[in-house]
Amino acid sequence: MARPLTYSQALNEALALALERDPAVYLMGLGVPDPKGIFGTTLGLAQRFGAARVFDMPCSENAMTGVAIGSALAGLRPVMTHQRIDFALLAVEQIVNQAAKWHYMFGGRMRVPLVIRMLIGRGWGQGPQHAQCLHAWFAHVPGLKVVLPATPSDAKGLLLASVADNNPIVFLEHRWLHNVSGDVPEGYYTVPLGRARVARPGKDVTLVATSYMTLEALRAAELLAPLAIEAEVIDLRTISPLDTATIVQSVRRTGRLVVADLGTRSFGIGGEIVARVAETDPTLLKSPPARVSPPDLPTPTSPVLANLYYPRAIHLVAAVRRQLGLPTDPADLTPAPTARLDVPDPSFAGPF
Amino acid sequence: MNLTMSESEPALLLRLYRELVRLRVVEERIAELYPEQDMRCPVHLSIGQEAVPVGVCAHLGPADYALSGHRSHGHYLAKGGDLRAMLAEIYGRATGCSRGKGGSMHLVDLEAGFLGATPIVGSTIPIAVGAALGAAMRGEPRLSVAFFGEGATEEGVFHESLNFATLKRLPVLFVCENNLYSVYSPLEVRQPPGRSVRDLAAGHGLATASGDGNDVLAVYRLAGEAIARIRRGEGPALLEFATYRWREHCGPNYDNQLGYRTEAEFRQWQARCPLSRARAALEAAGVSAAELEAAELAPRAEVDAAVAYAKASPYPNAADLASDLYAAAAPAPNPELPPHSWPAP
Ligand SMILES: Cc1ncc(C[n+]2csc(CCOP(=O)(O)OP(=O)(O)O)c2C)c(N)n1
Ligand SMILES: [Mg+2]
Repeated sequence: MARPLTYSQALNEALALALERDPAVYLMGLGVPDPKGIFGTTLGLAQRFGAARVFDMPCSENAMTGVAIGSALAGLRPVMTHQRIDFALLAVEQIVNQAAKWHYMFGGRMRVPLVIRMLIGRGWGQGPQHAQCLHAWFAHVPGLKVVLPATPSDAKGLLLASVADNNPIVFLEHRWLHNVSGDVPEGYYTVPLGRARVARPGKDVTLVATSYMTLEALRAAELLAPLAIEAEVIDLRTISPLDTATIVQSVRRTGRLVVADLGTRSFGIGGEIVARVAETDPTLLKSPPARVSPPDLPTPTSPVLANLYYPRAIHLVAAVRRQLGLPTDPADLTPAPTARLDVPDPSFAGPF
Repeated sequence: MNLTMSESEPALLLRLYRELVRLRVVEERIAELYPEQDMRCPVHLSIGQEAVPVGVCAHLGPADYALSGHRSHGHYLAKGGDLRAMLAEIYGRATGCSRGKGGSMHLVDLEAGFLGATPIVGSTIPIAVGAALGAAMRGEPRLSVAFFGEGATEEGVFHESLNFATLKRLPVLFVCENNLYSVYSPLEVRQPPGRSVRDLAAGHGLATASGDGNDVLAVYRLAGEAIARIRRGEGPALLEFATYRWREHCGPNYDNQLGYRTEAEFRQWQARCPLSRARAALEAAGVSAAELEAAELAPRAEVDAAVAYAKASPYPNAADLASDLYAAAAPAPNPELPPHSWPAP
């Protein structure tokens, strides 16, 4: 039976199930047992499963990642949390040199079942050091798996699949998804890593999206429908492993490809997907593909600059129109100076 | 604001008190205006912790460097940072000290020697060490100060920075404001009992001292001794000050209702308000009520004007989004600078 839950409630349920099923699972991270419980995702878990399995940690991201790796080698299954991906950068050495390679570099003799949850921030002036979307970095590292759920039910199923997986996994949650509701099945289930989801079927253009951009892509599909353009929206769900088959299958039918990603444009997910489609069959595309993403710039803080920084549904629509030979007036893409685009909904009163 | 030897204690305290009040008035105004939702960035207020920046920065001049972290308003202002540019930055305006690119968590004022504040915990500590190295290598008589919370001492970079600073006897002062919490996490879940931050620094070979961070004169004296020592070339020092954040970790409100700390603890610390204590000492020293009231009213006009300036300032324009990504071509090396004058023979 499915019932509506928010994304953060779904994650909370997944963490509880993971702790319940396997005594080797434990949670740690700055603020994990605190009264806000990582935007609600860890609320009540320390009370229910005890401080020995759900605990806070010092401001020591690098060392604690190594500690998590060591504990995984010793038989545990840690789930670590960082309230911003930017803080996890202190632990990049442990993640990239150690966790990602331990299995390979010791000839498969050991494994590192480690989930590192990282939040991708956005909005309300998060700025240059609290709003980066660096999933492509991690996807570039062989040995890591990179997961970005967009819906509550996927958040739960993918987190449970990640905890069950025997490899280090970077699990990315977008701040603007935590309060989004959707139907979530009860009980234990997993959503397989490496399989994309067709979020909306269509025949005219393929919109491939990651994480929060799936919502913008669905909005774009709505905006395109009255123009008699049927967009197919693919939510990647994981970018490593990447489900090339589902993308190619779609593009084979539509002949048009737009990739909507959270990360800055160059050397990102969009480039990888375009390459995979072209490598599979260079004749599939009827028009040049498009990447819709923030520009190659740090995230500015001023709301006026942030409004210009983040692409929205209308930018996806413009990309599709261009492919179909329909121009867009640039003025239509320029936000009004008074637009409050730096919050997920108007009820939000800051600060994050 | 350098102290002259002849300055009497009440005169000194009154001067420090004026600065304490100024910091308090600025941040209370921010808290008051924040609900208007026009300051669209996170703010970490240092209300309750003003004595540390004020007591330390009283010994620094604009030639000295200072850096801080997420809770930096007090450090920026006490170091001489421009108030109007700070408020404009928080308001996301083009006239802000970082031209709207940074917000409250990214303050800078080069004329005041405030080299920058960034909100990754601990990350400006080695940068302060590097600034000291730069000054030393160029033979400049500057001192560099790193301001940070006790949470930052849990990061590896803190230890690495102390090690290098001692190794090279760099002119750097580490100032730790121990306010017992990192967000909602009390010290007990992060550091072992009975081992202070000061102990850590002593282990790294620094000169150390600790004191009451809510007593501006105590801060002033300890900072004075440490800074004099550093200026004499005797190597780096660390000061640990006990203090307490009054408002929520991030934002304008009080948050004791969350239950991560007790109301009793909060009240105990509020009773040790650095401003009230300085005021009481001034009264006891015979400073008149009229003079004290004048000191308390003085910053209001400045703050009103700065807020008005910030609000009236233009937002950045579209071209500013892509500006400042890369610096322009490097200037030629300046032959007047002695590039390798350090370490001194
Ligand atoms: C590397 C890193 N980890 C975590 C955070 C989240 N964070 C922001 S402020 C803060 C508290 C740090 O505590 P402390 O250094 O004692 O400073 P205080 O807030 O008490 O002034 C934390 C954990 C961060 N900004 N950077
Ligand atoms: Mg603290």
